[in-house]
Amino acid sequence: MSALDDLESQSIYIFREAFNRLDNIAMLWSLGKDSNVMIWLARKAFFGHVPFPVVHVDTEKKFPEMYDFRDRYAAEWNLNFIRETCPPIEDMDPDLPPATRSAARKTAGLKAMLEKHQFSGVFAGIRRDEEGTRAKERVFSPRGQTGQWDFRDQPPEFWDQYKTDFPPETHVRIHPLLHWTEMDIWKYTHRENIPVIPLYFSQNGKRYRSLGDKDITNPVESTAATIPEILTELSTTKVAERSGRAMDHESEDSFERLRADGYM
Amino acid sequence: MTSITKIRPQADDATSARGHMKIVIVGHVDHGKSTLVGRLIHDTGSLPEGKYEAIKAMSERRGMPFEWAFLMDALQAERDQGITIDTTQIWFKSEKRDYVIIDAPGHKEFLKNMVTGAASANAATLVIDAHEGIQEQSKRHGYLLHLLGVRQIAIAVNKMDLVNFDEAVFNKIEADFRAYLASFGVTPTFMIPVSARDGDNIVSRSERAPWYKGPTLVEALDGFEQVSAPTEQPLRFPVQDVYKFDDRRIIAGRIETGRLKVGDTLLFSPSNKKVQVKSIEAWSVPHAPSEAHAGQSVGITLSEQIFVERGDLASHADHPPIETDVFNARLFWLGRDALTVGKRYKMKLNTSEVQVTVQAITKVIDTDDLSSAASSRVERNSVAEVTLRARKMIALDDYSTLAETGRFVLVDNYDIAGGGIISMDGYADQRKLVTRASSNIQRVEHRITTDMREERHGHAGGIVWFTGLSGAGKSTIAVEVENRLHALGYQVYVLDGDNIRHGLNSNLGFSPEDRAENIRRIGEVAALFASAGVIAITSFISPYRSDRDRAREVAPDSFHEIYVKADVATCESRDPKGLYKKARTGEIAEFTGISAPYEAPEAPELVVDTANSSVDDCVQQVVDYVRENFSLESRRAKHGIWPPEFDI
Repeated sequence: MSALDDLESQSIYIFREAFNRLDNIAMLWSLGKDSNVMIWLARKAFFGHVPFPVVHVDTEKKFPEMYDFRDRYAAEWNLNFIRETCPPIEDMDPDLPPATRSAARKTAGLKAMLEKHQFSGVFAGIRRDEEGTRAKERVFSPRGQTGQWDFRDQPPEFWDQYKTDFPPETHVRIHPLLHWTEMDIWKYTHRENIPVIPLYFSQNGKRYRSLGDKDITNPVESTAATIPEILTELSTTKVAERSGRAMDHESEDSFERLRADGYM
Repeated sequence: MTSITKIRPQADDATSARGHMKIVIVGHVDHGKSTLVGRLIHDTGSLPEGKYEAIKAMSERRGMPFEWAFLMDALQAERDQGITIDTTQIWFKSEKRDYVIIDAPGHKEFLKNMVTGAASANAATLVIDAHEGIQEQSKRHGYLLHLLGVRQIAIAVNKMDLVNFDEAVFNKIEADFRAYLASFGVTPTFMIPVSARDGDNIVSRSERAPWYKGPTLVEALDGFEQVSAPTEQPLRFPVQDVYKFDDRRIIAGRIETGRLKVGDTLLFSPSNKKVQVKSIEAWSVPHAPSEAHAGQSVGITLSEQIFVERGDLASHADHPPIETDVFNARLFWLGRDALTVGKRYKMKLNTSEVQVTVQAITKVIDTDDLSSAASSRVERNSVAEVTLRARKMIALDDYSTLAETGRFVLVDNYDIAGGGIISMDGYADQRKLVTRASSNIQRVEHRITTDMREERHGHAGGIVWFTGLSGAGKSTIAVEVENRLHALGYQVYVLDGDNIRHGLNSNLGFSPEDRAENIRRIGEVAALFASAGVIAITSFISPYRSDRDRAREVAPDSFHEIYVKADVATCESRDPKGLYKKARTGEIAEFTGISAPYEAPEAPELVVDTANSSVDDCVQQVVDYVRENFSLESRRAKHGIWPPEFDI
């Protein structure tokens, strides 16, 4: 088995475990490279089907290319697609730094969506290698009633036995891509020929490594116009993947505070 | 804060991915684990842009010298308290290959997080502070690595700069820790004197320890072998789910060990059904697979529509898993509430879930000096040996044979509270005992009914099943009960070692399987006697509850369990056949009560206490019980039927 096969098999196992053990689950689709791989893996796990809703919590500030991609593939992949929106920025805590405050809308939108649909579990495409607090996540990560993450007391997780028993009123985030790296995502996308949003490829000497809202996401200097070129670039770069995501850097613990409050 | 970046493999062919070697860093709190990782990342040139400056700023803000641990300790609470709370991962690359470093907390309070980190590793580095020496968690982590199945261990003796790189200090720690690990069969691969803060012997060789000739830490890591999927072991394929997509019934799951091919006959346990693999299903692959192996998450279809469900374990017929409802385990406990005898937990073993009861806690092991003591409780963060009993048959393996299907977790009140590895020492594989060979035997309708036999004898037939230790008085009482009942006109017969072991069961030895088969046959014979209207008294130790329950199943309405009760000390003081003496000297192995377990009945129909009553009293109790329960007179009186009417 190649390393990609190992990663794929582990993700499929996680999908099937969640699907069997939990009722009323959904997948969060942020339209980026990771969640596109996540949808692909779900189709692998369930033989071409995605047997639960796929939800886009829309900040309404994404790039037009992302919306085009969403509308096309929601239909092409025969997804049970649900779109929900986020509350306005004015409703967010004004004490937060500006970009963090903007990102907080997504958390609020996510919570409202969960409240509305009463999902007991949601799949999210976060990866351990993206950021320090995500590195400490669990595959099955329980959340309190209001979505907060208790990082001081996480469940043990070993021998592929996950926490699948929950008291009523709690829900769980499931992370099928937790063990993947940015490099793995691109290699797999290339191998499986998964559609890619063009913003990831170089235009006028710049490309996006990570896609978020237009107002808080910046491109990086790059000439990589194909996936193999992206892989070459990644193997030598020392720039962090989320360096273009403003809310990670406004204060030492701004991202941790976001996550503890329920951000993905 | 900025994100953690990884050093990447050189752009090889984009479609191939090299596997990561997963290394966990463990050890006592403050022995420098996070610093060692920071140093490893920095010295291999794996730090992302701006990270060094960011850590420097964080350190200055807190009025500290440069703190490497901030690279890994991403949580504010971790940085402020200077401890790692939860396990984290970081990627780096040596000359030889890519690594994932798993940093596990050393604080006792966070043992569940250490276990979480360590269990997924292929190899470990255990850090010991040269200045402070071997501490509680150094030992506990060493022991747990062994329990978790991490076999490759490098010991980094850190902070050598604080002891002036004194060779004698290093040698003392090395000798002590090697001796500790050796006492449970672990040999560390390397022991390396390092200074994580200064970078000695991490990536570059230390000039301050010229006496040390072994590898640097990175050279040691490069020497570890990547653990490969166990494809050459017997097949184990736990069913994870059954899907009905597009008119195909797909059995989904991950192959844990071995291989399977289209056309193979699979045996599903514990249901013991056999069926052929019709196809291996896959979506978006160039060709439909014809075989699959360990590590792959697959879906198969079957040639016949037999009932299969999550939790079933598929194997080939020639290497099936063990079937049992009782086993021993060595476990580590992480639960908030202590594990206690008699308490029930949910056990998860691969994809199966079953309720188990803690039947016994044999010993609680002190990981500090490996001494053990009996106890009725296992507290949080302890290790113990226990006997667990399930409410139904489960398919599993001895951990020493197949690790993947020989380990489990226990769930207490929504939480995974412990993990354990299975030992079948002293317990039988019950597969043959529950599997009835198929046959074309037609059951013959008896023309003589039970009622007719009862009328003839004046009493019902039945089984009076004695159980108790050797020397408890079973045979003495059985023979005397037989005498008295015979004198009262009862049809009664004693089955014991003399008339069964020497005849019907003369082909059986004393292995756990043979002992179980011995009892199974006695149960069947006793049930025939009962059908014939006779009262069969069986006089055998029959130490295992599973065996006695199986005997009861054969004739549940006429089975009466009598516990002939006397403790080991009492029985040993009697020792009529000199067996206890032989057991104590080791002349007899696995002797019940001494070197093999005796499982007392939970709800016997009658208990006769031979330690505190005379033989005569005990005999009378049994005789009274039989008259009460078997004679037609008392049975009719009980049911208020007199004179007899047979047409109800």
